[in-house]
Amino acid sequence: MLRLFSKIIKTGVVSESIPVVQDDELEALGIELKNQISKKFSGSIAIRQVDAGSCNGCELEIHALNNPYYAIERFGIHFVASPRHADVLLVTGVVSRHMQTALLRVYEATPNPKWVIAAGDCATCGGEFGVSYASCGAVANVIPVDLKIAGCPPTPLALVQGLLALC
Amino acid sequence: MNPVNKSSENDFLNLLTEAGIVIRTASPLVWQIEAEHWRTFAELAMLHHYRWVAGWVEENPPQSPFIKGEENDSSQSLFLKEEATKDSPPLQRGGVGIFMVNACFEKNGTYLVLRTTVNLNHPVLPSQATVYPAANRSERHSHDMFGITFTDHPDPRRWTRHQAWGKQDFPLRKDFPLQGSPPAITPPDRHYDFIKGYGEGVYEIPVGPIHAGIIEPAHFRFQAVGELILNLEERLGYVHKGIEKLAEGKTAQELIRLAGRVSGDTTVGHSWAACMAMEHAAGITPPPRASLLRAVLAERERIANHLGDMGAICNDVAFSFAFMQFSRLRESWLRHNARLFGHRLLMDKLVTGGVACDVSPSDCALMTQEIAALREELADIITAVDLNTSLEDRLYTAGYLSKQTAAAFGTLGYVGRASGQAFDVRRDAPYAPYQQLNFNVPIETQGDIASRFWIRAKEINVSLKLLEQLLTHLSDDTISADLVTAWQTPAVGSEGLGCVEGWRGEIVVYIRFGENNQIARYYPRDPSQHNWLALEKIVLNNIVPDFPVCNKSVNPSYSGTDL
Repeated sequence: MLRLFSKIIKTGVVSESIPVVQDDELEALGIELKNQISKKFSGSIAIRQVDAGSCNGCELEIHALNNPYYAIERFGIHFVASPRHADVLLVTGVVSRHMQTALLRVYEATPNPKWVIAAGDCATCGGEFGVSYASCGAVANVIPVDLKIAGCPPTPLALVQGLLALC
Repeated sequence: MNPVNKSSENDFLNLLTEAGIVIRTASPLVWQIEAEHWRTFAELAMLHHYRWVAGWVEENPPQSPFIKGEENDSSQSLFLKEEATKDSPPLQRGGVGIFMVNACFEKNGTYLVLRTTVNLNHPVLPSQATVYPAANRSERHSHDMFGITFTDHPDPRRWTRHQAWGKQDFPLRKDFPLQGSPPAITPPDRHYDFIKGYGEGVYEIPVGPIHAGIIEPAHFRFQAVGELILNLEERLGYVHKGIEKLAEGKTAQELIRLAGRVSGDTTVGHSWAACMAMEHAAGITPPPRASLLRAVLAERERIANHLGDMGAICNDVAFSFAFMQFSRLRESWLRHNARLFGHRLLMDKLVTGGVACDVSPSDCALMTQEIAALREELADIITAVDLNTSLEDRLYTAGYLSKQTAAAFGTLGYVGRASGQAFDVRRDAPYAPYQQLNFNVPIETQGDIASRFWIRAKEINVSLKLLEQLLTHLSDDTISADLVTAWQTPAVGSEGLGCVEGWRGEIVVYIRFGENNQIARYYPRDPSQHNWLALEKIVLNNIVPDFPVCNKSVNPSYSGTDL
């Protein structure tokens, strides 16, 4: 147990000490984001992430938002388990036809007011997979999209920037 | 060919002859047999300890009498020498189209492609899934995509097909257009015939396709009593994106981009396997420096994913210390990827015949520092994790996979190696540059989640050592600076097999070229396809709340399986 604590102490808080050079932008963005979110969402934004047909690349980068470098929860942004708890749907991937109804139902289940963010090239414009017998293409072909974050996959920083644009 | 035990191979051939199976060999490792012998062959192969690797189908493939491969390097030849045979089998019988059905087997590091043809108007073939459970879903996929009936299949339900196309439509047939004719809104797949559980206190838990976390979609149907899982049935296919159909008509270079998105976490692995298959078909070899760089990318991908998984396994049993530490190390590793190679996940760094990146001496120095730093960090964290009894309590004995079950399903990668399955393509069917590197393949036999955790830690160590050797070779001035071997348009009908050890395990890719450098067939087999089968057994007799950690310890790819 002592080793564990000593490692924690040795590691320190990377979310604050690292950004000095590389992540100052993130820090500024995050704080600005917090202000924006406070105005519209009373200090919290609940995101339900939906993989509608992604290759899993975008999910890896969304996961990264929760690592200690980005620690996105400190800005009042958190991921929730149900669309019924969500303000924002963060949708990745083309919408595979087999996921079309599921996505429509998730959209219906999300209470108003709600926003939809399409994250990644597939979700924003169809990317590598486009429209076919198996794919509906971009998310906007299935549900209304409020914001698009490009990238294959978008970096965690791009995702934070995108969230800022929403507010 | 590898120095396989010749006498055992002759025994096998004798056995086949006794059973009346005539092998019309297009090349020594592509055996064509009659359709009626399809299952008998599998039964005999099982007796001789062949492993079932992959299965795929082609409709009226453009003709090529041989398969190309690297002939100079004896240890390398996954696939074959250039040997044209004059009596190549007739593909068109009486003007009626055919399906060419393929099954790939492996023994002692030698890959064998078995093939047969069936009439397009009457596509029926005995199932091999009765012998090899690993063939089960692959045959169901072939049925849904081509309409081939595998007789006596143990589970003839549909697999890849949900409701986006009709029962009599087969998307990979040539007369099926890429756009198909899907309904405006594809209805949910409501009437899939799940296995039912009966008895007092037995209840069902339907989960998904959308799960509670940030994870890919699939449906899981549990039967449970109290908290105990009696049965789990996986229903995949939700992220079927038509990858095989999309690949048709792409150029070699375009295909690499698609291959890099079969499974986003395995972008290097899948690109490499696709490149290898195409390079075999074209008869070219990437320059040594390119192979070294490919291995650097592949080992970096392995380390990044293992770090992520180790953290996620701890997170699923609520041990946040390790989750935070491992995800911190992963992030810092990915940032170095971006700095050194321009992409955090290393996408699109491979090109036909080579690579689209290089490392300078200062990059090598940076990586050397990074390796030392990671070792130091891991030493602290691993010790702290190892001594944690609450973690031990959750991971030891949970999610057990026996050696026998692992072998029966052809379980691959760290899942297989945690249950005594030693196979590793890098060592057992080596490809450049792994022949020139020294490494061992760690193995565990305990078969529980803890084993699958610790095998990853050991694999990270091996990869770090490999990276050090790769960096030494890359710093060697005598190596040519060439990064790409000029592409040569493959002859119509040329084919190739690519087998690499991705971070999840063996990836096998089959590619055939048509006219004008265009892909006629692309089939990628992600290791997850076999490991999913193992997961259904791993969860048995565990409690429902432990399903997430069981699943994470396997971490199969949904996208790479659904295609």
